[in-house]
Amino acid sequence: MMRKEIRFRLNGEEMVCDVEAHWTLLYFLREIMGLTGTKEGCGYGECGACTVIIDNEAINACLYPIMEVEGKDVTTIEGLVSQNGELHPIQKAFIEEGAVQCGFCTPGMIMSAKALLDENKDPTEEEIKEAIAGNLCRCTGYVKIIDAIKTMGGGR
Amino acid sequence: MRRFEYHKPETIKEALGLVTSLNNARFIAGGTDILVALRQKKAEIDNLISLRNIGELKGIEYGDGLWIGSGTTHTEILKSRVILEHYTALNDGVKNLGSRQIRNVATIGGNICNAAPSADTACPLLVLDAKVLIAGINGERWVDLDGFFLGPNKTVLDKHELVKGFSLPLFPKNTGSSYIKHTRRAAMDLPILGIAARITMDDGKEGATCREARIAMGVVAPRPIRAYETERFLVGKPLTEDVMEEAGNIAAREATPRDSIRGQAWYRKEMVKVLVGRAIKNAMERMGL
Ligand SMILES: Cc1cc2nc3c(=O)[nH]c(=O)nc-3n(C[C@H](O)[C@H](O)[C@H](O)COP(=O)(O)OP(=O)(O)OC[C@H]3O[C@@H](n4cnc5c(N)ncnc54)[C@H](O)[C@@H]3O)c2cc1C
Ligand code: FES
Ligand code: FES
Repeated sequence: MMRKEIRFRLNGEEMVCDVEAHWTLLYFLREIMGLTGTKEGCGYGECGACTVIIDNEAINACLYPIMEVEGKDVTTIEGLVSQNGELHPIQKAFIEEGAVQCGFCTPGMIMSAKALLDENKDPTEEEIKEAIAGNLCRCTGYVKIIDAIKTMGGGR
Repeated sequence: MRRFEYHKPETIKEALGLVTSLNNARFIAGGTDILVALRQKKAEIDNLISLRNIGELKGIEYGDGLWIGSGTTHTEILKSRVILEHYTALNDGVKNLGSRQIRNVATIGGNICNAAPSADTACPLLVLDAKVLIAGINGERWVDLDGFFLGPNKTVLDKHELVKGFSLPLFPKNTGSSYIKHTRRAAMDLPILGIAARITMDDGKEGATCREARIAMGVVAPRPIRAYETERFLVGKPLTEDVMEEAGNIAAREATPRDSIRGQAWYRKEMVKVLVGRAIKNAMERMGL
């Protein structure tokens, strides 16, 4: 099959790439771009390990056709680190609150948290739970993850 | 993943032209059903025709009724104030559908066209008297949603037709609606049972009686169904505890569930009894009589 050229933004950079029509965004990120921060857990939309942000919304990269990325703005966990290598405040909060154990769910969890916080600066516990309901964690029991996201809110 | 070609038409006309001319072609909207089916090798498709870049299929309009384009995402439905206030059952339906990530891309058209007996927007749309606008190469036709479903993953759609959207009527003031999704956990679970109710009461303040009733049930039959007998029973009655209990009993007789990994048939029937009354109560509370 013929490769197709698509244009989009990836972590702030303009991209022009040749892709195959049946690729998912997850395959493209991991296998072509080597951006392995985005994880593949289930490949079926169930676990959220592949969560990235497209035009301000959290989505499952495993169920996102690469062809639909055309013209869009994609942010992965690698895009959160600043130019000089400093971690994003949400990443720091996860570390400080002990919200990371094996780390497999962490990139997806942080991307879900970021999408939430960009839209709602001071989410309630209910809103946090709702936003990460599609992100499974087998280690932490979620409490510390929720605490970490809470510390990002306004008054707390 | 199986190899396929991917087409991105920008108009309905173009999409219908493609689906008629290409071999082994299927539409894709949010892709959350079709891509999973492809991965599980439950579908073999050579050409996916995306509906995501067709402006005509998007958006919610409220005027002398409600129009919801088939390409509207569940997140967009959840954000609609009009739907929350006047078509509450549909807000209930999308609130716990999948995860945030799923709702951000999955569409109401995909949920209905996929025609799972458990589809969370089906029962709400049934009680809200939704009509489906279907477009084909030879023109358009309207079908009542109740006449749209044929069985699991089967609808009246011809393979060269697509759904443009759904039209819902305006309801009188004393109307309320609700949907209860019965699951083991709140999020990310398909329902063991889904029950929707819409109730319109008479104007009379004291001793008001039910003027119009709609009850719909999911996962109790091969397709989402209306409980017609229960609806007829409710009309003309004051909605007392006794009446609601009897409505639950009648609805349980209309349900023909099967045993499945999510729940046994007898359990589903027992839960129909309980949840029909609860759904009616929730609908009444939203009425602000
Ligand atoms: C992790 C996960 C959790 C889920 N949880 C739920 C849940 O809680 N409740 C629930 O009801 N569903 C759930 N689903 C199923 C799915 O997300 C929904 O059914 C969704 O609404 C499908 O919409 P879509 O736009 O993604 O459909 P697609 O996959 O794009 O399409 C589904 C089918 O409909 C056809 N189609 C789509 N649009 C049209 C159109 N306009 N005209 C004609 N045919 C069309 C396609 O050809 C395809 O056959 C879940 C799925 C996943 C992966
Ligand atoms: S890998 Fe995408 S949701 Fe699990
Ligand atoms: S830290 Fe191990 S899965 Fe979440």
